[in-house]
Amino acid sequence: MNTKITPLAQAAALIPDGATVSFGGFTTQRHPMAFVYELIRLKRRNLYLFGHSPGGDWDILIGAGCVKRVELAYEADEAFATIGPRWRLAVQHGQIEWEDYSNFSMVARFTAGAMGIPFMPMRSLLGSDVLARQALTAEQRAADPRTSPLKSHVMQSPFDPRDRVVLVPAIHTEFAVLHVQKATANGIVRIEGQTFADVQQALCADTVIVTCEEIVDEDVLRREPERNLIPYFAVKHVCHVPFGAHPYAVFNYYDYDPRQLKAYHDGAEDDARFRQYLQRFVYAVKTHDEYLAAIGGTARLDSLKADPGYGYRPDLKRRRLEG
Amino acid sequence: MTTGAYTLTELMAVTAAREIQDGEVVFAGTGLPMLGAMLAQRTHAPQCCIIFEAGTVACQLAHLPMSVGDPRAMRGAAVAAGLSEVFSYVLQAGRVDVGFLSGAQIDRFGNINSTSIGADPRHPSVRFPGSGGSCDIACLSKRTVIIALHEKRRFPAKTDYVTSPGWLEGGDSRIKAGLVRGGPSVVVTTKGVMRFHPDSKEMYLASYHPGLTAQAVADDTGFPLDTTGATETPAPTPAELHILREVVDPERVFLK
Repeated sequence: MNTKITPLAQAAALIPDGATVSFGGFTTQRHPMAFVYELIRLKRRNLYLFGHSPGGDWDILIGAGCVKRVELAYEADEAFATIGPRWRLAVQHGQIEWEDYSNFSMVARFTAGAMGIPFMPMRSLLGSDVLARQALTAEQRAADPRTSPLKSHVMQSPFDPRDRVVLVPAIHTEFAVLHVQKATANGIVRIEGQTFADVQQALCADTVIVTCEEIVDEDVLRREPERNLIPYFAVKHVCHVPFGAHPYAVFNYYDYDPRQLKAYHDGAEDDARFRQYLQRFVYAVKTHDEYLAAIGGTARLDSLKADPGYGYRPDLKRRRLEG
Repeated sequence: MTTGAYTLTELMAVTAAREIQDGEVVFAGTGLPMLGAMLAQRTHAPQCCIIFEAGTVACQLAHLPMSVGDPRAMRGAAVAAGLSEVFSYVLQAGRVDVGFLSGAQIDRFGNINSTSIGADPRHPSVRFPGSGGSCDIACLSKRTVIIALHEKRRFPAKTDYVTSPGWLEGGDSRIKAGLVRGGPSVVVTTKGVMRFHPDSKEMYLASYHPGLTAQAVADDTGFPLDTTGATETPAPTPAELHILREVVDPERVFLK
């Protein structure tokens, strides 16, 4: 069997400075965090990120100085943090280039890229400043071939001139990195729960890297092929990384970690405390196992393990964590 | 802030819940919309269908999600898929009856800003998360319910940025912009309930919360607010409060 199993550090090292990347997941679930921490340790610079609703995966990369430009709809951890602290500061201090879209338009863009077509028509955005205004200048767009020359284009339907649609440009990235529940050594992927836009993000990327909770035998996933949404030949590397999305949740495996998220959000508000967070949980640990020990080891991880009847931890405290 | 036997958050959640009719398809967001939708499902609208943009349809929430992509949003769902399926086949296709929105600024036509503060969005004084799905929900739901903190600076005559289109410039400007349906029907705030005049699409005060006056609400609004005919917002019933506190949010995730 042709194995694609790759050590995490080796897979992360494939991403060069300046690469175009998208990460799977949505705000508080299934971000490839262990992979993100590797990129920070590798001191990658000038990354160009595409996403719909990322969360702390982008926030910590932005804060660590790894990111030059982003195209996005939203960056926050929702009820855990209604704004990504480092994203906000980077914008307010002029330290990042960005373009605003909506979730639907970003997903439509990934879909167009995944389908091999140049754009996608849609009925959203009309009347909004998401359509009317641009955060990137025409010069910035023209100077970087990785950015679409136009943010969007409004046209009448050729079939009915009364019908107006917005075209949004396809996205192609060099890399997509997903964190999923199960994968096989040859790259069959099983996402449990919400799929977010992981499938479209994977299929518009040149190189797909999948980190997973479990490596399983092919016959296990081939038993229910309708639940495998990405062709294995589109996946280049598979990394076995249990708890690889911590402090975010993975449906059926573990819940988000409210204490760790609070530590991050409290720290990220302030430059000095953010550096302390990075030092303690990223730079001072050399591997994912060391990270898991640093956040509290088995005791903490056991407290997050999903109840199989729910797919999450029904007794998990999300507020008033003291004591 | 407590008004008698219930808090302001509870009053807003109950008021939002009452905007949901039984059998409707509801596109909910994190926070108060989740409280309102869960309460509606457990009171007058047991057949309402709760949808989250991250990919779940017809959820039967047992625990409040912290995000629309929370594993808790999977509980009892009839369909689990992704953003593309929900936005394309459910929202854009016209299958959402009511969408919930919120933002940092709301203007007199119900246009919402959740992007940034400042005249130039390239150099904002304060940056917010961005649209997320809000722009899409505002454009493509049959109607929207807006939840907001009511302060003068949050209700300017014109928002710094239109993240989510409401009635745009009023009148028929929304249709002229090419939007095929929708528009805000109500704004539930910390001070009252606003609706929109059927022709001009200007916001007016429908009710003020107990303990306030119509004039007090108008004074805290950054544009002239028609208060003609405004009445007091009906208080939550004991049954609504019981379900909200004991069933919907016993952990006090969002209730204050």
